[in-house]
Amino acid sequence: MQKVYSDAKSALAGQVKDGMTIMCGGFGLCGIPEVLIEALKDTGAKNLTAISNNAGTDGFGLGLLLETRQIKKMISSYVGENKLFAQQYLSGELELEFNPQGTLAERIRAGGAGIPAFFTKTGVGTLIAEGKEVKTFDGEDYVMERGLVADISLVHAWKGDTEGNLIYRKTARNFNPMMATAGKLTIVEVEHLVQPGELDPDAIVTPGVFVQRIIHVPNAKKHIEQRTTRKREAA
Amino acid sequence: MAWTRDQMAARAAQELRDGFYVNLGIGIPTLVSNYIPQGMKVSLQSENGMLGMGPFPYEGDEDADLINAGKQTITELPTTSYFSSADSFAMIRGGHIDLSILGAMQVAENGDLANWMIPGKMVKGMGGAMDLVAGVKKVVVVMDHVAKAKDGMIEKKLLHRCNLPLTGARVVDMVVTDLGVFTIDKHGSGGMTLVELAPGVTLDDIKANTEASFQVALAKAA
Repeated sequence: MQKVYSDAKSALAGQVKDGMTIMCGGFGLCGIPEVLIEALKDTGAKNLTAISNNAGTDGFGLGLLLETRQIKKMISSYVGENKLFAQQYLSGELELEFNPQGTLAERIRAGGAGIPAFFTKTGVGTLIAEGKEVKTFDGEDYVMERGLVADISLVHAWKGDTEGNLIYRKTARNFNPMMATAGKLTIVEVEHLVQPGELDPDAIVTPGVFVQRIIHVPNAKKHIEQRTTRKREAA
Repeated sequence: MAWTRDQMAARAAQELRDGFYVNLGIGIPTLVSNYIPQGMKVSLQSENGMLGMGPFPYEGDEDADLINAGKQTITELPTTSYFSSADSFAMIRGGHIDLSILGAMQVAENGDLANWMIPGKMVKGMGGAMDLVAGVKKVVVVMDHVAKAKDGMIEKKLLHRCNLPLTGARVVDMVVTDLGVFTIDKHGSGGMTLVELAPGVTLDDIKANTEASFQVALAKAA
């Protein structure tokens, strides 16, 4: 089976339908599948549920799909950088489900691993635990959280081979490996597409079994939200 | 004189121990990294997937793939490792991180913490805060003792009970404010204890600005 597609448009062609649940990797704008997100926008699919740690920023990442009002619901841990998001949420256009970041990560990991639910102490005694089963293990309370899966997962990786084996770069890894496991259809954009045998098998983070489609994005645009630097000391 | 932001950070840094793995929140907690004592090895964890966080990069060396949880560009160290968000929170929730230093809107005398939402206002989300306070071995809050509104009114932040939605129940071990330091017996019934005053701050100053009940056990004269 050929996993490599010529571009994002052809990788998504015929796959996206209104009302689908889409996972989208990245932390802030770091490691987001930017090219795939643009192609998702171009499909015109509406009423999407987007599972993503953040909601992009105004004009970038998932912010693009907020502009076109294609997202009905977000499942996220932090959405502070997006003014449009705030507007749409406050006006009731957009549903929002906040998950603690670690709970979100684990829900996705669990979903991809075939685990329908698990117990965590995160959020016990808070709004997050309301309406959920709480159980005591070894004298401590834990709240039950459900695993998450998606119709389509959009992932960004640094290097990938044509089999879909993936390696990530620095903190651009974040939610991408779990989301790769939790999509019924996982589509990956890779900055460097190589032939089998060119990746060190010991260094592969996501084995190709989790990946159905790959596109090559050799000139990925990357954005920095908070450019912080220090002065060079005089030699 | 009350402590400055930097002095609060320096006081919080006294809770660091050699070999600690530490997660620092945004704001004053970030400043704590400037006060790691010489010769002490402390590894900073960033919940977006990095252990062994280095300083900001030199101008021109910024890397969009290398950021901290505040989305600021940073650098790596020879000790650095990268991992997924799931592994990151396995460290946090699994009790492998020694110390979390973070900011707060309110802290209650039983250790309840509120720092993520004000009902009726736009909520940005809890990010990793709920996981951090639930899982990290020791939780230190660094915050101004009271909130000052624009009209000059003050709102107390150390309370009998938090009236904002909680980030965690019975999770705070210590509070460092601009006026002093409190410890909290979060698992027992010992409540809150004032253990230190900022220079020039009196017990009466603390009482006037604190709703929470607290005992006094000052280790040293201010």
